[in-house]
Amino acid sequence: MEQPLTKNIITGKTLSLKEYEQAGGYAALRKVLKNNAPQEVQQMVKDSGLKGRGGAGFSTGIKWSFVPMDEDARHPKYLICNADEMEPGTFKDRLLLEGNPHQLLEGMILAAYAIKADISYVFLRWAYRKAAEIMEKSISDAYAAGYLGKNILGTGWNLEMYLHTGVGRYICGEETALLNALEGKRATPRAKPPFPQVSGLYGKPTIVNNVETLCCLPHIINNGAAWFKSLSASEDSGTKLYGVSGKVKRPGVWELPLGTTMREIIEEYAGGMANGYRLKGVLPGGASTDFLTEQHLDIKMDYASVAAAGSRLGTGTMIIMDDATCPIGFVHNLQHFFAQESCGWCTPCREGLPWVEKILLGLEKGKGSTEDIELLQMHTQYLGPGNTYCALAPGAMEPLQSALKYFKDDFVEHIEKHKCPYEV
Amino acid sequence: MFIHIDNKTYTVKAGKNLLEACLTLDLDLPYFCWHPAMGSVGACRQCAVKVYKDENDMKGRLVMSCMETVTEGLRLSIEDKTAKAFREQVIEWLMTNHPHDCPVCDEGGACHLQDMTVMTGHDYRRYNYKKRTYTNQYLGPLINHEMNRCIQCYRCVRYYRDYAGGDDLNVFAAHNHVYFGREKDGVLQSPFSGNLSEVCPTGVFTDKTLKEHYTRKWDLTMAPSVCNHCSVGCNTIAAERYGQLRCMLNRYNGDVNGYFLCDRGRFGYEFVNSENRIKQALIRSRTNEAATESEIMEHVQSLISMSKVVGIGSPRASLESNFALMQLVGKENFYQGISEDEAHLNRLVVEMLRSGCVHSVSLKEIEQADAVLIIGEDIWNTAPMMALAVRQAVVKTAASQASQEIKIPVWLDSAIKELAQEEKGFLATLTIATSPIDDIATHSWHAAPDDLARLGFAIASYLQPGKIVNTDFSEALLDKAKKIGDALKKAKNPVVITGTSCYNDNVIKAAFDVAVALNTGERKTSFSCVMTECNSMGLAMMGSPSFSVANENIKTNGHATAVILENDVYKHIPSANADEFFNSCDHVIVLDALHNATTEKAQVLLPAATFADGDGTLVNNEGRAQRFFQVIPNTTSQVQESWRWLKKLQTLKLHTLNGHALHPDDLLREMETALPQFEGITNVSPKHDFTIHGEKIPREPHRYSGRTAILANKNVSEPKPFNDGDSPLSFTMEGYKGTPPSGVVPFFWSPGWNSVQSVNKYQEETNGALRGGNPGLQLFKNKSDARDLFFNDVPESFVVAKDRWLLLPKYDALGSGELSSYTAALKTLSPQPFASMSTGSLQALNAKDGDMLQIVDAGIMYGSLPVKADENVCDGVVLVTAGLRESMGMSWGTRVQIKK
Amino acid sequence: MREPNFILEQKHSDHAEAMEIRSTNMEKKELLTEIEMRAIDHEVSLVPYKKAAVIEALKIVQKQRRWISDASIDAIANYLEMSAAEVDSVATFYNLIFRKPVGKHVILLCDSISCYVMGYGKIYQALQRQLNIQFGQTTKDDLFTLLPNVCLGCCDHAPAMMIDEDLFEDVKEDQLEKILETYK
Ligand SMILES: Cc1cc2nc3c(=O)[nH]c(=O)nc-3n(C[C@H](O)[C@H](O)[C@H](O)COP(=O)(O)O)c2cc1C
Ligand code: SF4
Ligand code: FES
Repeated sequence: MEQPLTKNIITGKTLSLKEYEQAGGYAALRKVLKNNAPQEVQQMVKDSGLKGRGGAGFSTGIKWSFVPMDEDARHPKYLICNADEMEPGTFKDRLLLEGNPHQLLEGMILAAYAIKADISYVFLRWAYRKAAEIMEKSISDAYAAGYLGKNILGTGWNLEMYLHTGVGRYICGEETALLNALEGKRATPRAKPPFPQVSGLYGKPTIVNNVETLCCLPHIINNGAAWFKSLSASEDSGTKLYGVSGKVKRPGVWELPLGTTMREIIEEYAGGMANGYRLKGVLPGGASTDFLTEQHLDIKMDYASVAAAGSRLGTGTMIIMDDATCPIGFVHNLQHFFAQESCGWCTPCREGLPWVEKILLGLEKGKGSTEDIELLQMHTQYLGPGNTYCALAPGAMEPLQSALKYFKDDFVEHIEKHKCPYEV
Repeated sequence: MFIHIDNKTYTVKAGKNLLEACLTLDLDLPYFCWHPAMGSVGACRQCAVKVYKDENDMKGRLVMSCMETVTEGLRLSIEDKTAKAFREQVIEWLMTNHPHDCPVCDEGGACHLQDMTVMTGHDYRRYNYKKRTYTNQYLGPLINHEMNRCIQCYRCVRYYRDYAGGDDLNVFAAHNHVYFGREKDGVLQSPFSGNLSEVCPTGVFTDKTLKEHYTRKWDLTMAPSVCNHCSVGCNTIAAERYGQLRCMLNRYNGDVNGYFLCDRGRFGYEFVNSENRIKQALIRSRTNEAATESEIMEHVQSLISMSKVVGIGSPRASLESNFALMQLVGKENFYQGISEDEAHLNRLVVEMLRSGCVHSVSLKEIEQADAVLIIGEDIWNTAPMMALAVRQAVVKTAASQASQEIKIPVWLDSAIKELAQEEKGFLATLTIATSPIDDIATHSWHAAPDDLARLGFAIASYLQPGKIVNTDFSEALLDKAKKIGDALKKAKNPVVITGTSCYNDNVIKAAFDVAVALNTGERKTSFSCVMTECNSMGLAMMGSPSFSVANENIKTNGHATAVILENDVYKHIPSANADEFFNSCDHVIVLDALHNATTEKAQVLLPAATFADGDGTLVNNEGRAQRFFQVIPNTTSQVQESWRWLKKLQTLKLHTLNGHALHPDDLLREMETALPQFEGITNVSPKHDFTIHGEKIPREPHRYSGRTAILANKNVSEPKPFNDGDSPLSFTMEGYKGTPPSGVVPFFWSPGWNSVQSVNKYQEETNGALRGGNPGLQLFKNKSDARDLFFNDVPESFVVAKDRWLLLPKYDALGSGELSSYTAALKTLSPQPFASMSTGSLQALNAKDGDMLQIVDAGIMYGSLPVKADENVCDGVVLVTAGLRESMGMSWGTRVQIKK
Repeated sequence: MREPNFILEQKHSDHAEAMEIRSTNMEKKELLTEIEMRAIDHEVSLVPYKKAAVIEALKIVQKQRRWISDASIDAIANYLEMSAAEVDSVATFYNLIFRKPVGKHVILLCDSISCYVMGYGKIYQALQRQLNIQFGQTTKDDLFTLLPNVCLGCCDHAPAMMIDEDLFEDVKEDQLEKILETYK
């Protein structure tokens, strides 16, 4: 089984520039700069079927193709790496950032070349202190080695790269809010259209890609689209970093073929449930995805299959809810997070989420009523996609709506017994 | 193009968004964050509708109507069940934290939030948790703050910061703790802060001066009015209760002020209620000075038939009053009540606009300009709303260029801002000192008036080489001229703005020349000259000699009786000269509304109406004649319009018209005949006998309450309503209920729309003209026989002379108005008098910052003033705060001496 | 004062007696240090407009002074040619800009979902006991401020917490005393 993204990563260690080069690093960049026009790179990536690993799963090549490429396109153009990773239960990008920084840098430089960007940013969340140090050093090493800066590898193409560390707020991960944060503004999302590809950072054409997405690029260039497709165990191409957290024997993150089954990941890689616990529910791809349950264990973890099961692949990092954890408390914790992280711009999100949070707290403490369930249901309907300004609130509703579906009995029990049955 | 709304087909204008389209079609759709002047941001989610792919699509998609452009054949539903339920839900969300304190809220009854709540049908509260609460801030004497009522529509910050350029109000914190206010308690710094009270859809920001004598909007008697405070002539609504003026509201005029007013205009109304008002006719030096109307008429009649009479007109009195005075004293004895210096400038402006060489520009057109050049006028302080219009031009030009590039509509506000970033359209400000508007200027240059004029001529000369004969311009000046000239040349709709406040005709001529030189081929150049008072233009157009001439005449001929119309002579000329004038007069008859230095000199004093107690017409600096109407019914006092006093006197004198009613209409008709330059002035508004279906237009909304009780302390039987007989408006709540003609709209109201937002029901389309056309009449029609006018008077460079300082006025947006100084709230904000000079000048005077200086002009000593060093004032010039008692009558624009 | 929340987006409200003046150039007294200015200058050099560096400036100043006071807001505003309101609008949006004083060390305890499942509650209780403070509070000796924080991105090693810039994973109640000791 090939694990192109992680094969050189050794836990606790960081691959240096030299080690990366020895392992074949920056060959893709050299090859492309020598042989290919930017549009050809776009085509290769389009052909590879790479989909964004940041959560939305949109085709990377198609996303790039909206960037104006003609002579009089507005410059500077920007390429931004979204390393904000703040979705609860998600911890995959950290591994790539800390383990093999130059793989990411090479991916970024390739992406920047493909859209003829002039400036690139790594938008890194504050809490990743170690990653920040590593990125800082790696960027300066890459400058020193001529992979960044003026006249890269003698081609006459220039690219600057900066590291920006955030000051909190989950919403910064939303790509347009991220742009506002980079501009030194409040990180409220922007209206789309216009999309960042035409009017992004400082109003200039911009691409935002996830860390994992960008890390795939050198390998696609080196080995070709067909190879990339062959890595997968499903319709989708490539490998995916899957993670498992919660009460399992060996929580962690692994690079596996896209489409590995949920059962395999949980039972084999994560070692199955910890002793004494049973699996009650799984959020398959981070806090803003719908619950799946035991009955779904055999689905393939790819975009289409998870969607068919009624959830989303999201970030591919699963959060396990065990049978000793109160589902109401669990969902309340999530809604507390989302309410707290709403940017405060649009009404449904700003006012709806705190209401949901309060209802859930009441229910959890045994003070709820059946009307509360109706109110929750109402919110899941009205905070859906398109009704709010960005995807935060709809994301928040996913675990709630599925909890109401799968764990209805728990809600009823809380109401009828006037207390939390999980409390010991 | 056609669109289908709830299965009916409508025609709409391309380029609009769905919300605008629906509102224009008179369909009710709730909204909060959208504002017609500020566009769409999609934050509140209140305006949701369903949009369908085609007629087979039954499911549809919920969209925010303010964010979608109309497209040919588009199908949408307002009535769709989900859309309706969603809109109701949005209100319920907004209400979760709202205090429901309508009974004690100043906005109650005129509240957009109330209206929208009723419109969506939300009526039952399901949220039963504790509400979030905030602490309010002290925001100064004009605006009250009550944060708990906030529904987070972000309009306040978008207006205050993005639209008006203020930087001390903002949004703080995040999620459902967002807070709108200042960083710390303190006075709001923008001179446009009052609009927050109309922009905020609920009671967060309200008019603090109204609070002092609060009245519900439905209990106000309202009349269309025109602002008295500067020469721009913004349209206002004056509102009354119990004989007191309670507040001023914006009156939309698509050509002039749009949706906004400046703080001087909004809050400077209180002089009307002032203790200092003249309410009683007086004959001085009698045992009993108070006189009845017949006594006074008889007395005045005898005075004016005894000796020669001169009439002193006024730039702040209505056309009617000025003309009535002219009729009374005879054209040859009528003088403008302003100094020769100012009259000379005003004559020049009239000549320029009358020539038709350039277009006299409206505020609306300024907003659409793609390059602006300002020479010599600090419009931020002398014509604030014009500065706001210039700001829109500068900000929107960049935005509309950007939006064309990536094809997004201009109303998509946040997207446009993100795209345009800090880019701005071209603005050059060439003024004597810094002004807040410099912040958005591409070039700012501060110099003495003659040097500003030289740069102006240099630009004109660069634009049309050879046209100016005498061109000994320096390299540096030519370089500046080239930079500005090149930018202007690129524009399609450039505007050149100047003004009279430099007291320098070269400045105005230079600005005019630039405009003329630019006006070629495709390019349509517009020109505007700011003047000092609300009717400076009207008075100037009458073409009479200045006060200085009157003074000379009286001095040489003696034995004259002076009739002074609403004019404090001491404001315009040095007090010694004024004293001299009054000493030479046999008798002095003064008509005015407030006591001042001139009324002190009156042997006979007649109480004149203000804009609130009378009718009249004013001509703004653009040449737009606009009518204002009485709002305070007058049943007991002697107060009446000056024109009425004067007309009555004339009647007595001529023994005609006995018993006939006097209408401004008649007066204006006579004026049209006597002064053809005012042709059309009778059509500025409907005549006094205008009715619709036999009904007058009520000044009171039909919800008006307490009518029968208002005077019950005097008489339990309800008196007959006051009838002024002068206008198509009645002082009652009965009358025509539909939309009145645009010039006589006393208030904006429509069923279900009790707040100012109801203006959309009065417009032909969003941001368009009022139905039936915007009110007002442009008196300068660009005639086809336009006369070529061009000036060749390039002045010498300004020379600094150590003992001859050039004295110039420094205006303040709030504090320089004679009338606004009577408003307690504005008075606290207005500047203390001071002089400013450059450090170089101070050195030459051997003075330092803070010293007291005395200005001496032709032997006349003025009071001492503290001096401030200001690097941006050029050497040789002294700037003095204008409009205050200390600087009254200073001969601006002349060289004076300064003593320490 | 604005609605009380955690101290992150808050500041003292001093309700200073406001003078009734409208002026554009208020004198700003507080100054930035040489180090701060040089660091901010560098950030400014990388962006198209001065004010785009405001978040960096807030970070720089906070690093030097632990938290952002009103005076610091004024100083930054002055230096970047912005208004205090504009700077504060940004400062109060982000939860890791502290607008109220914090202790010498800031403990960020993850309260997000994986740590919730893995029992961060017990860690919180233990911290409360040992430090005698709750979320949003600072110890009397000004040594520690305890704050909840969103997912720290090490869910496979939950529960997790950060003290200043140090990450602690798989935290057990009985380790806390020793960990805290190293910061005293
Ligand atoms: C509320 C919210 C938070 C997000 N957070 C992240 C994040 O932390 N990291 C990330 O890569 N994408 C995040 N996204 C997705 C981004 O908006 C964007 O789709 C992604 O960075 C695009 O990269 P990709 O095409 O490579 O997936 C978030 C989206 C939303 C709505
Ligand atoms: S303060 Fe007023 S205008 Fe501003 S968001 Fe709140 S309700 Fe809207
Ligand atoms: S998250 Fe802020 S509006 Fe949706």
